[in-house]
Amino acid sequence: MTDQMHSPSTWTPKPDRPPPVALTGALGWMRENLFSSWLNAFLTVASIYLLYSVIPPLVDWAFLSAVWEGASRDDCLEASGACWPIIAVRWKQLIYGFYPEVEYWRPILAFGLLIIALYFGLYDKAPGRKYGLWYVCIFPFVAYILLYGGVGGLEYVESARWGGLLLTLALGVTGIAFSIPFGIVLALGRRSELPVISMLCTIFIEFIRGVPLITLLFFGNVMLPLFLPEGMNIDNYLRVAVVVCFFASAYMAEVIRGGLQAIPTGQYEAAAALGLGYWRMMAFIILPQALRVSIPGIVNTSIGLYKDTTLVSLVALFDLFGMGRAINADAKWAALEIEIYTFIAMIFFISCFAMSRYSLWLEQRLARGEQR
Amino acid sequence: MTDQAPATGQAPAIEMRGVNKWFGAFHVLKDINLEITRGERIVICGPSGSGKSTLVRCINRLEEHQEGEIIVDGITLSNDLKNIDQIRSEVGMVFQSFNLFPHLSVLENCTLAPIWVRKTPKAEAEERAMALLERVKIPEQAAKFPGQLSGGQQQRVAIARALAMEPRIMLFDEPTSALDPEMIKEVLDVMVDLAETGMTMICVTHEMGFARQVANRVIFMDEGEIVEQNAPEEFFNHPKNDRTKLFLSQILAH
Repeated sequence: MTDQMHSPSTWTPKPDRPPPVALTGALGWMRENLFSSWLNAFLTVASIYLLYSVIPPLVDWAFLSAVWEGASRDDCLEASGACWPIIAVRWKQLIYGFYPEVEYWRPILAFGLLIIALYFGLYDKAPGRKYGLWYVCIFPFVAYILLYGGVGGLEYVESARWGGLLLTLALGVTGIAFSIPFGIVLALGRRSELPVISMLCTIFIEFIRGVPLITLLFFGNVMLPLFLPEGMNIDNYLRVAVVVCFFASAYMAEVIRGGLQAIPTGQYEAAAALGLGYWRMMAFIILPQALRVSIPGIVNTSIGLYKDTTLVSLVALFDLFGMGRAINADAKWAALEIEIYTFIAMIFFISCFAMSRYSLWLEQRLARGEQR
Repeated sequence: MTDQAPATGQAPAIEMRGVNKWFGAFHVLKDINLEITRGERIVICGPSGSGKSTLVRCINRLEEHQEGEIIVDGITLSNDLKNIDQIRSEVGMVFQSFNLFPHLSVLENCTLAPIWVRKTPKAEAEERAMALLERVKIPEQAAKFPGQLSGGQQQRVAIARALAMEPRIMLFDEPTSALDPEMIKEVLDVMVDLAETGMTMICVTHEMGFARQVANRVIFMDEGEIVEQNAPEEFFNHPKNDRTKLFLSQILAH
């Protein structure tokens, strides 16, 4: 033992040892994660049974016994599986609504421009992003001109003819894109030291949050025209879009306010002590941190809003969901709700899952290098 | 006033006349009268809750005083936002908890205010920031984020950030109180260096070695009042007030 003792003057730190080896291999992993206790083992077996009883019939319905080609409902009568021809026949309406077929290139182009805008807007390392962000700012106007037409030789397509995924995307993207900046303004306003501004923002937020979206949609769609002077007719889509934007902004404002409250006062004081005024303090110090904290909430609200746009089907707009309901009413293809709703659900799932993954990616990316 | 008091005929750097402040019903600052000449280095000490931090924070209006007059660099503090921003850009401040901007790199922490408040061109601001980081002996950390630095390094960045605005007055609010013992010295060394350049400094600190080494004047506060002030040698060796004696015996006991 004595030779292990060391005099204080010659102390050297012990070399690092690797950590003890854990259970390895597939068997070790299973024992540790699936069968570590009786309860755990029971849950594992029960889960496997559940999956066994759900997945094979589902695969059978959707793929193995499904009918893929046909001209009408009659071609599906023999089969026990899904009747997919309905989608093949109706997919154009589900995507474009009643948009004139010769003009389909316009929504397609707008969608392409949207992808480019998303690339520049969401990916901070995109080459030429400085100019890309200008593009993002003008994109909404370009997209709406493209879709509405009526200028530069483009045929005017009234919004009553928009529908399906086109309408869902138009509403969803407009709502989300509008609600973030407006939500920031409302959140800052609510925290303002000026009582009038703070009160106005609080009233706006609380009023909008306290009323169901569907009520606001009916208000915008049915009641608003009654208040407007005769002959003044605002486009149905526009009215709904404004309501959706306001609704989303109120929710976004509260999410962002939560983020603002998470910023320690020391940050405000340090920025103030450097002589940064209110707007610069907000723009460079407070908001970048507050928005980062709010990312999960912002994405959560965005996903919620995107799906809530289906409510517009109740005020005579044929969004993706409303279009599906309309198609169900076709006697020639009766009783095929499941196929249509499955298709619609898949489209929604893809968009929402993408948003969710983007949020995770962004959080990890922003956390990198800044972690303690 | 002391052996090396700067001789200047100019207006004082900071002047406080009959300053009173309350937090709710609590009277934090009571009739503070204080004049600080340019180039003077002041250490303020006192028990916690004595109002020393509040006093310093009133100088750049992080706290608002309710009565009396505070004149900084010839500008009277009032509710005029323009005056406040002007004073803040002339007065640098270092906090106990560093308060670096965690989402900006060390270099960006030091260039943000010069670029946006002073309108210094970016390249020039970066060059000057690098020179300051050199001065606080951490130029190699410029590209890192504050969260990756030790406490002592963060506080030195905070000093560089404040100096980047080329302030005429520097306020230190307990700059070493949140630091591990081994890091206190590296921050104090930087502050001693700064003192040697003739900067007007007001430090709230309990580092009495530092006070002896660089201060022209030590101020002792309790219960919101200035109890005693004197040159460091006199202050530490022959305190006049009983309260000061008690305080010194407590902090110098160890």
